[in-house]
Order: sequence, then C-alpha cells, then structure tokens
Amino acid sequence: MRDVGFGYHGGPELLSDMTLSLQPGMFHFLTGPSGSGKTTLLRLCYADLLPSSGQMTAFGDDVRQLTRDGIADLRRRVGVVHQDTQFLDHLPVAENVALPLSVAGQPVDMDALRDLLGWVGLTHHARAMPPSLSGGERQRAALARAVILSPDLVLADEPTGNLDWDMSVRLMQLLIELNKSGKTVLVATHDMNLIRAAKAQVAARVLRIANGTLHLAGADL
Amino acid sequence: MKRAEFRALNLKALWQGLMRDGGSGDRIVPPTGFTAQLTLFSAGAMAFLAVFALALALATGRLADRWSSELAGSVTVRVSAPEGDQDAATQAAMQVLSTTPGAGQPRLLPANEVAGLLAPWFGPDMPVDALPVPSLIDLPITGEDFDAQGLRLRLEAEVPAAVLDDHTEWRRPLVTAANRLRALGIVSLLLIAAASASMITLAAKAALAANGQVIRVLRLIGARDITIATAFVRRFTKRAAIGATVGTLCGMAGIALLPGMEAAGGFLTGLGFQGWGWLLPLLIPVVAGVVGFLATRWAALKMLGAVR
Repeated sequence: MRDVGFGYHGGPELLSDMTLSLQPGMFHFLTGPSGSGKTTLLRLCYADLLPSSGQMTAFGDDVRQLTRDGIADLRRRVGVVHQDTQFLDHLPVAENVALPLSVAGQPVDMDALRDLLGWVGLTHHARAMPPSLSGGERQRAALARAVILSPDLVLADEPTGNLDWDMSVRLMQLLIELNKSGKTVLVATHDMNLIRAAKAQVAARVLRIANGTLHLAGADL
Repeated sequence: MKRAEFRALNLKALWQGLMRDGGSGDRIVPPTGFTAQLTLFSAGAMAFLAVFALALALATGRLADRWSSELAGSVTVRVSAPEGDQDAATQAAMQVLSTTPGAGQPRLLPANEVAGLLAPWFGPDMPVDALPVPSLIDLPITGEDFDAQGLRLRLEAEVPAAVLDDHTEWRRPLVTAANRLRALGIVSLLLIAAASASMITLAAKAALAANGQVIRVLRLIGARDITIATAFVRRFTKRAAIGATVGTLCGMAGIALLPGMEAAGGFLTGLGFQGWGWLLPLLIPVVAGVVGFLATRWAALKMLGAVR
C-alpha cells in the first residue's frame, strides 16, 4: 500500500498516508494501542475494506479494481485468523476447517485434513461443534482453516487476545512454524511480551500504528 | 450489486449446482426446519390450486369452442301453423330450405326426437302427440354463402308460419361467458404463479437474512457469489419443485375423481383433462421449480450485494 488513507463512512481518516509493503516470507508484527487501526489495516489487506485514498495492490492487482470474484480469489490467497474466529456453528470443526476447500471447489484430502488438525492439536475435536470449543481451541481451528488452502499470506488479528500465556505461546509457535515453512505472516497484537518472545525465535519486522500513521518499530522492543 | 455483475453470474454453473447432489454445498446453509416445511406446504397448496385453475381454463375453452362450433353449424326452423295447415306449411318450409344456398339437407325432427327434447320439461309420460307442438327442422350449414338474414326474409314471405332460429341470440352470451371463464382461469394461473414467486422470495429472503453471518463467513474465506447463491437456490428450488409435485399429483387425483360426464350432467361434464391434456399439469412442478430458481436467485444476489 502506498499513501493509503482510510476513514469509516466517509468520516475522518483513521489511517492516513500509510505506506507498507509486506516482504514475502517475512514474519511481521503489527502493534499499537487499542483503536489505533490494526484491525482496519488487516481488513484493507483482504479487501474487506477499500482505502479512501492512496494506492493498494495485492499480488500485483489493484484492490480497488477487483471484481467480487476477484475479491474471493484474493481471499483464497490470504488466510485470515479473525479476532472473533468466525465459524459456521452448524458444521463440525473438521468441516469448518475444510470449508475454504469446499467453497473453492477443491477436493478434501482427508489425510491432509487429519494432519492439519493434528498440527493444531485438534485431532480429537474434529467432530466437535465450534460452540463447544475453548477460546484457544477456536483460535487454533481458525488457524487451521486459514492455512488449509496454503495461502501466500497469513493474517492474524489479535489471535491471542483471549488466551492465557501458555496458549498464546503455543499459538504463536504455530504461526512461527508457518513462517518457517515459507509463508508471509502478519500478526496484529498489542501484547509486547508476546512479540518479544516471538522475536527470540524468528526474525520479525515490527510495525507500529500510532496517530493514524505507520512506523517501523526499533530497538525499543 | 451492479447490473453487469448480475449478468456476469454463470447461469450454467447455477444450473449444474442445482442438479448436483447436495454434498457440502447444501450443508453450508444451516437447516431451516419449520421454514422448510412452510415452503413445501405453500408450494404444494399453490400447485393444487393451479391444477384446478388449469382444468377450469381448459374446460371452459373446450366449452366455448363446442358451443360455438356446434351451435354455429346448424340452424333450426320452427313451423307453427293452425292444425290443418301444419303439414303443408312444414312441406313448404322444407322446400324453401332445400333450395337455400350454403345449407345441407334439411331434416324434419321425428316426433320421438321432439318428445325427447320436451321430456325434461313435461316428463317421459307426457302424450306429446296431444299437444300443439310445432314442427322442428334442423338445417345444417355447409357453406360460407349461407345467409341467415336472407333465409329469414324468404321464409317470412313464402312460409309465414316458419321462424328461423340461428341460435345467435343465446349462443353469444354463452360463448362470451365461457371465454370469460377461460380468461379467469388463465388469470388465476398467473396470480398463483406470482403468489408462489412472492412466497418463495419471502421465504428465501427470510432464510438469507437469518443466515447473514453464514454468508459473511463464506465470503471471508473466499466463496464466490455463485457458490453461496447456488446453495440457497438449490435448496429453495428443490423445495418448490417437491412441494409442487405433491400438490399437482393431489390436484390431478382430485380431478380424476370428479363425477363422470354421465353422473354429473350439466356444466361439470367438461371440467377435467382430456387426452394429452393430462400431461399439462405435469408442467406445474417444472414451472414452480423455475419460479423458485429465479425468485431465490434474485433474492440471494440482492442480499450478497450488501456483503463485501
């Protein structure tokens, strides 16, 4: 994104003059106080919102010019772990995880699905319904769903917001493993301790939003 | 959603989705239980009514055609003269009629046929011979050069006791009534189709509104509009078609069980289907399916337009 600005409903700009380029294969943290626009920035990344000004491209395409099918295709290349882990509550966990494959018209490889559920530690919850999962289990299921299409970019919006420290570290470990497998990862969080813990394991770029603008965080971390 | 995007939707993909067996496509939409039963029932009831409206339209059409053609195919001459002159007047009338252009061979109705015509009024045991019953001559019309008015004037001049009845006076209102009944049947069919479309649209919109979160999640994980719309369209089209099939079969059974022509008599004799006409109601489930398809598609695309 270049010089991107955004304001809700034509109001004052929450984000302004933002210039950001995610580096392929890099782990990125996006931090900043609550209400600073972290979620908004992530939503811009998967075209859930369109910038009010500036230029924004995703995988070489101008996001503003995307058709509705184009937006769907973009979202297949961007796996998102939402803050409020959105599931279809009438489908069991395994079907929810496999849903991106189903809607993309791709066959579901049951062995691969089992492996994926095992990777996030939900093998025994495959047939459970989402409302019966704990917060940490929901986040891990959301992560599994986000990566099942093997996206180029994984976005996570406050994935540890409702988790205790141990569960947060466990989830972060999964994201780091993803990054080490070559995926570009962008995690929005205001938990500086988590960022510091992650930076001990992976080279991460930390971006900070403050007063509507984006800065590269430095040695203060 | 922009008009261009409406058009860009792949109808072929929608239809294939409709024909494919449920699978995960159907499962992404939560079961709707009671709404589903209501849709089935409404589609069935509408189809049931449509069968009767169709039967009415077809029957009145046949009735109008029959009355029109049968009554227009002949005229009747009634000869009513004083007792001693009756035979001579009848013979004179026969003479005039047999030389009338555009008319076939006149036929004097024998006494037993006349008695048969009067039986409904006087009963079978009435001695018709004792009554001053006029002679009735049936004259078939065979050519377009038949001139009823000219014949009437000629009879007035040559056989004053003879009166020509070309049935026009009472045929016209009967045919008009039958044609109006047919129009009413067709209007009823159209109203039933429109009501069905409204009902299915309402049900689909209610289901879509209730599943707003499902639609949002599906969009977020990369579902195209066509995928989401197809899931809803398939479900409602199937419900409309299944409900309509049951309703149609019940309606056809009802028509088949109507009293026969001999038993019912009168107007009801024509109500029903004849020959290939029995195939026509089978189109009702197909039409219901198409109506369900279009109504749900419209509602789904309108709803999806509001979700990014």
